[in-house]
Amino acid sequence: MTTTAVPPVNADTLARVRAALDALTDPEIPVVTLAEMGIVRDVRAAPDDPSQVEVVITPTYSGCPAMGQIEDDVRATLQRLGVPARVVTQLAPAWTTDWMSDAAREKLRAYGIAPPGRCQAEAGSPGAHVVRWVPRAADAVACPRCGSTHTREVSRFGSTACKALWQCLDCHEPFDHFKPH
Amino acid sequence: MDAVATETGVLLDYLLHLGDNALVLAQRNCQWCGVGPVLEEDLALANQSLDLIGQARLLYQEAARVQGGGATEDTLAYFRDDTAFRNYVLLELPASLPRVGYAQGDMDWGVTLARNFLYSALMVPLWEALQNSGHAPLAAIAAKSLKEARYHLRHASEWVVRLGDGTDESHARMQAAFDHLMPYTQEFWVPSDFERAAVEAGIGVDVTALQAGWRATVAATLQEATLRVPSDQGYVPQGKNGVHSEHLSYLLAEMQSVARAHPGAQW
Repeated sequence: MTTTAVPPVNADTLARVRAALDALTDPEIPVVTLAEMGIVRDVRAAPDDPSQVEVVITPTYSGCPAMGQIEDDVRATLQRLGVPARVVTQLAPAWTTDWMSDAAREKLRAYGIAPPGRCQAEAGSPGAHVVRWVPRAADAVACPRCGSTHTREVSRFGSTACKALWQCLDCHEPFDHFKPH
Repeated sequence: MDAVATETGVLLDYLLHLGDNALVLAQRNCQWCGVGPVLEEDLALANQSLDLIGQARLLYQEAARVQGGGATEDTLAYFRDDTAFRNYVLLELPASLPRVGYAQGDMDWGVTLARNFLYSALMVPLWEALQNSGHAPLAAIAAKSLKEARYHLRHASEWVVRLGDGTDESHARMQAAFDHLMPYTQEFWVPSDFERAAVEAGIGVDVTALQAGWRATVAATLQEATLRVPSDQGYVPQGKNGVHSEHLSYLLAEMQSVARAHPGAQW
């Protein structure tokens, strides 16, 4: 029996990797980080190889074209740190906008994108989320420019898979709304 | 050994069936890209195609892992011939009403949305049920795809009602679209051998159990759209078993030709 030369990943390394990944932003919404978006799900020692860091990411929409770029960005960052690491894509539980932090929601709003309302877990159907088609008064989409909730949906499909096109009926600003998903 | 081999084959066929459905419909709907009736709808169909291609990729990646032997999502999408595809014939039909022989019709928005409606009305309960699949990666894909299918159903339903309950012209064309497509939906309800085996193995969903709910969705939406639910009698297509219309061959020729002209190319 020989002892391996590579020591197991320690807490310091994990903290260093997390800090480096925290600098990475969403390629299409550069004001929020991957962690705030809920895309980076975990940074841990690989369960089958404790000498290696494992970064777990989850796709937003199945066909989101930014996922390839995101994975490349994560890999490049890990390579720069010189830490033995790998990236794992995990589908379950399915990504939901509920994982977005409040700070991320506020950053979206300031950037001109109306943040998503909360989804609710559907009773008896694990992993599913009700998408509410007609916003109730409490969930009305507020214009990111003037704050008015006197707004209307122009198209459910907008500039990217995750956004819908809305318009403010008071200040007339057309804006993106991040769909609750 | 044989039992294991068979189970792998069933899982593979089942994953390919779901993946081929998504890819073929995505390719059809992409044909509206740049020529949609209005910009918002052009984007809506491109967005939905992106969702479907994403679903197809996840399913093909899993199928490639199951198949092994150097298979990848790309070999499954680009290097299988038409008879190896397991999609519903409904999804490969051109987005126009039938013409005689090789005559080409203009793409028809009503046919496009009627098809999307009939398909997503099936996929919402199908993905819902597949969340409990005994094959965990498939259950995970189902949970993701379900959210997207709900959007697609909502979008298509709105158009069915808008056009059906619209002008005399839009009503007549929407009715013609459903009259044309409805018989193809019979294929949903006749389980293929691999679907039966997948149900037995706890991987798949018994489609016949979804039929009553699907009929109720279709009846309610068509009623709201002032449309008649057409009969679905006659020839039962066999796309799931690799027996396709000639339209799939043309669709694949367009989709696969670049990858086949430059095998192994990276970009």
